[in-house]
Amino acid sequence: MEFKFTEENIKKIEEAVKKYPVKKAAVMPVLYIAQEQNGWISQEVIKEVASILETTSEDVLGVVTFYTMYHQKPAGKYHLQVCTNVSCMLRGAYEIYDHVKDKLQIKNGDVTNDHLFSLEEVECMGSCGTAPMIAVNEDFFENLDVQKVDQILESLNK
Amino acid sequence: MEKIVLPDIKDLHLIDIYEQNGGYSAAKKAYSQTPDEIIDQVKKSGLRGRGGAAFYAGLKWSFMPKTTDKPKYLCINGDESEPGSFKDRQIFEFNPHQLIEGILITAYAIQAKITYVYIRGEYHKWIKLFQKALDDAYARGYVGEKMKEKFGTDFFVDIYVHKGAGAYICGEESALMNSIEGKRGYPRVKPPFPAQNGLWGNPTTINNVETITNVPPIINKGWDWFSKIGEPKHPGTLLYGISGHVNKPGVYELPSGMLLTDLIYNYAGGVPGNKKILCIIPGGSSMPPLRGDQIEGVKMDAESLKAVGTSIGTAGIMVMDEDTDLVKVLTRIAKFYYHESCGQCTPCREGTGWMLKILNRLVAGEGSTHDLDLLISVASNIEGNTICALGEAAAWPVRYMVTRFRDYFEQRVKKEVALPVPNKVHSMRHTAFPLAEIKE
Repeated sequence: MEFKFTEENIKKIEEAVKKYPVKKAAVMPVLYIAQEQNGWISQEVIKEVASILETTSEDVLGVVTFYTMYHQKPAGKYHLQVCTNVSCMLRGAYEIYDHVKDKLQIKNGDVTNDHLFSLEEVECMGSCGTAPMIAVNEDFFENLDVQKVDQILESLNK
Repeated sequence: MEKIVLPDIKDLHLIDIYEQNGGYSAAKKAYSQTPDEIIDQVKKSGLRGRGGAAFYAGLKWSFMPKTTDKPKYLCINGDESEPGSFKDRQIFEFNPHQLIEGILITAYAIQAKITYVYIRGEYHKWIKLFQKALDDAYARGYVGEKMKEKFGTDFFVDIYVHKGAGAYICGEESALMNSIEGKRGYPRVKPPFPAQNGLWGNPTTINNVETITNVPPIINKGWDWFSKIGEPKHPGTLLYGISGHVNKPGVYELPSGMLLTDLIYNYAGGVPGNKKILCIIPGGSSMPPLRGDQIEGVKMDAESLKAVGTSIGTAGIMVMDEDTDLVKVLTRIAKFYYHESCGQCTPCREGTGWMLKILNRLVAGEGSTHDLDLLISVASNIEGNTICALGEAAAWPVRYMVTRFRDYFEQRVKKEVALPVPNKVHSMRHTAFPLAEIKE
């Protein structure tokens, strides 16, 4: 399926490119814009980004695969990121992580059948002082326990 | 005690409130002096980097070439991915204008026309908050070409936010530069150092968010005022981030050189259930851990921690009580570095995986005492043999945790298995002579 940026996003890309002395340096912000539009980074997206920034698909692919925040397959409507690094772990992150896995019946990296949720075990998110935490898409939910996680999941399910 | 980086002023993140409290007066003062005078004051203040290496900020700035036709760059490191560190996000949220003002002064001191503020991608909220503050500063003419008028100077600087995308290694300065250039975040071989060969081959300085936020008060109140705060060899306040098994986790701004016990018991409210402390990590997960019985009388500053065999790092203190499963904790730390190794250097790419495999064996109850020696051997073969310090960051927790908690780990392993030939450890980084000369 062919991928083309919307006109609005083309303008955003022009703004992003202005920040850098070299066009291809804007690959990270442009990939974010693409991900916002398309939901994930497909081969077609990579081709289009490469042609806009006058670089090769290989270079763009290299960037996509290096950074964890570019989705290489479609994520759920709500992408749940559970931090299990030490500070969160010490305050019960694995209970929360296992609870989410049980409740949604998915493994790390999977998407639920209704495409509502996807799950990712992530590294430290900088919420050590308010641990444990889950990020839902871009929003942080902190100071959690299993009950609060249930409330979050229920509110998203509606 | 006066707070420098995060003062207790309501709504200080708003530009009006910041202006009412003397905001942007330090930049005005700085522009009436020469760049060298600014560098000199920061040098004399003794300000050290808050990002982990505690390098002298003024000295770092002085490495920038004075006579060059190339454009110069300033990068602000807000990648903040070190587990246990959550201080820079407080600055983005509560005092972003002081960071911007710090950039205005620093960029002037090193004559950089463009500054990139690198913020980790997961910090969506804090990127928006900082961008809002930056937009306001632009609108009032404090940043960009309009500042010539505002401050009556020939100098101007543009500030751009670069959003990371989830890679711990991009907190390493040369990886950070590659990331800004739109490449994979691979650390570069040093030398050449960034001041000679940084962004797109041009002179570049990289400083941590907290470091730069300290600059405006130094210019306003004088280097001698700053140098008298806290420990003389590591002056100023630190943002101590205390997490793990404490009653009141959080970021506390206090003078450097605070007693660890004071921070944990008085400020962070002690350990829940009055349990004993088994282990603490003083500066984010890459720093060597200390046993609970080693922390009495230990001060939190670069020199004092060095003396007890660990390091200040980002001053992110992780506290573990007596019921913590240290084997699991160390395995989780090893998993982190395995995940975050960029894969350029074989010792780190392979070694982090091996350490994780061995530790997983320990967690499963299938380890042996020789596994402990093997862990130390693998760790020692990573250290010093990699392009960047992620090698040390991965090796230190393993080596020091196993050494300092040897009894604890030995209790967790039962079997005795003979180890193959012990490895001889060489360090590539210190071999300035031909490889053929290395015999032992």
